[in-house]
Amino acid sequence: MATRVLRFREALREAMVEEMERDSRVFLMGEEVGHYQGAYKVSEGMLERFGDKRVIDTPIAESGFAGIGVGAAMVGLRPIIEFMTWNFSAVAFDQILNNAAKVRQMSGGQLTCPIVFRGPNASARQVGSQHSHAMEHFYATVPGVKVVAPAFPKDAKGLMKAAIRDDNPVLYMESETLYSVKGDVPDDLDVIPLGEAQIVRPGVDVTLVSYSRMTHVCVEAAAALEKEGISCEVLDLRSLRPLDEGALVASVKKTHRCVVVHEGWPYGGVGAEVADRVQRLAFDWLDAPILRVSSLDVPMPYNRTLEDLCMPQASRVIATVKKTVSRGRA
Amino acid sequence: MQERTNDGPPLTQPSGQIDHLAALYRQMFLIRRVEEESARAYALGKIGGFLHLYIGQEAVGVGAVAALRPDDYVITTYRDHGMALAKGMSARALMAELYGKATGCSKGLGGSMHLFDVEHNMLGGYGIVGGHIPLAAGVAFASKYRSDGRVTLCFFGEGAVSIGGFHEGLSLAALWKLPIVFVCENNEYAMGTPLSRTMSVEDVSMKALGYGIDRDRFFVDDVLEVEKRMAEAVSRARELSLPTLVEVRTYRFRGHSMSDPAKYRTPAELEDHKKRDPLTRARALLEQNGYGAERLAKLEAEVEAEVQDAVKFAEESPEPDPSLLAKTTYDGPFAA
Repeated sequence: MATRVLRFREALREAMVEEMERDSRVFLMGEEVGHYQGAYKVSEGMLERFGDKRVIDTPIAESGFAGIGVGAAMVGLRPIIEFMTWNFSAVAFDQILNNAAKVRQMSGGQLTCPIVFRGPNASARQVGSQHSHAMEHFYATVPGVKVVAPAFPKDAKGLMKAAIRDDNPVLYMESETLYSVKGDVPDDLDVIPLGEAQIVRPGVDVTLVSYSRMTHVCVEAAAALEKEGISCEVLDLRSLRPLDEGALVASVKKTHRCVVVHEGWPYGGVGAEVADRVQRLAFDWLDAPILRVSSLDVPMPYNRTLEDLCMPQASRVIATVKKTVSRGRA
Repeated sequence: MQERTNDGPPLTQPSGQIDHLAALYRQMFLIRRVEEESARAYALGKIGGFLHLYIGQEAVGVGAVAALRPDDYVITTYRDHGMALAKGMSARALMAELYGKATGCSKGLGGSMHLFDVEHNMLGGYGIVGGHIPLAAGVAFASKYRSDGRVTLCFFGEGAVSIGGFHEGLSLAALWKLPIVFVCENNEYAMGTPLSRTMSVEDVSMKALGYGIDRDRFFVDDVLEVEKRMAEAVSRARELSLPTLVEVRTYRFRGHSMSDPAKYRTPAELEDHKKRDPLTRARALLEQNGYGAERLAKLEAEVEAEVQDAVKFAEESPEPDPSLLAKTTYDGPFAA
């Protein structure tokens, strides 16, 4: 099968362009998406291609344009709403929580809300506490939305296409530090279904569960651990809601150990959810407690060294894997 | 704003206008009676949660919706019973929803604050103050995107004027010239707090100035006057694709919700407003213009029968099945 090498941002753009050409109801709206060509150049060239009716610059009013997207979706359009970063979605949280996620149920199923909210999520580099939030943990708790967080350009494209075609609100988490990452993307790639995890590196001793940029950290840790004779299976969730329980359970039944790696704080969150499901569904196969590697339980500091300390690093993943492996074998 | 008078001018137009007024009176009377029956059912414990009555404000919703085409959209707050009925929802679907029954407009899942009737383009009642105002702008955005010629009417109370959603919604609607009318139903109290303690400028319509959009402001005494004034704003939206902020001064005769005895206002103030009840006024206007007692009695008896039928229907309807929950949370299959 023919493939091309695309950067993550190019894969996202291709997905949006293809879907906008396929369906005139799809439009892109957000701060700096048009004339500025996107704060992170994801939408570069799209204004020229589709015009200002379908690539719409907004003022700085996240609650306002998030709500406009939800309203437009309720009556049949299919908006893509870009948050310059997911950090800024905090001021639009009510629109996502109370309107996008609820309108279908509140209306007894009369209305649907086919909308995509997207933008970079979690830490960038040294942008301080207000710009480094891993927002997926808040949103993944909300019934009525779907949450996606891909790690590779191929998945970025296929999942974006699926998100745009989905009839529910999909919250699509990208990463500033992934936008320039390159990867093979098949020429004939269509949608990749939401809710399906993938094994990016097979292994037998421990399952590393991750998503988005942390998948790459896990791959790095797994390569180092292999040299020490520890075989890690890296499971990339890709979707956080729905969560691929089947893939989680199948992997843990094979490796008998599980470490969850994500950005964001340790209290609750996606890692806690994964741990709950694995212990419930694969308890008899576990040889060690499920461990989590997360950001430290403090706001993200600016200082580079301290930021590195707070964020999950391969070294911390390696140490945690050794802990779980040694416990089971002691 | 014009001076208020208690006596309306006699109708001078042809008899068609009398029939039209009778139709509007019928809607207002239906809302009044549905609300009274809702209050009764609430007191009996048949309706749960919050219940915000529209009694006293009927002329706003009825007059405004009269200025619309059936395919125009309405979106409003949690005080939504009157708007739903005015837009065409049946009393049965409304009462069954209040009872939480499967036959309710939202299958018993929405309740009093979340009445939806997509067939009649009633896009809901919303419970977070100001949160629906950007949604309404989005509905109008879709109309402009598709050039479908439809207008969106967005209702909210003066309590919403201090929150961000109001300002972001107006700001974007003005910027993008959306076909929408923002209708502030100023009933003088944001829950229990009077205007004077919530706003530095009591004239809500002045907020339009900062966004460069047209405005209007009037007391609700006469439902026909509401229709006429709203028609101007609706026409501006439909013909010119320009938003308008309309402030209608009204008054609710009951508390904020059923749990509110409204002790923050005096009985004299309430009585004063009741003397200017737009419902009574519309009835008097019909009588003055030759709509005979017999016809009025027949009209009111019909409404009474409709309300009693709705209550009976709600009482006898089945509870919603738990299987509704999953399929109304997501469209399509959802694993995990």
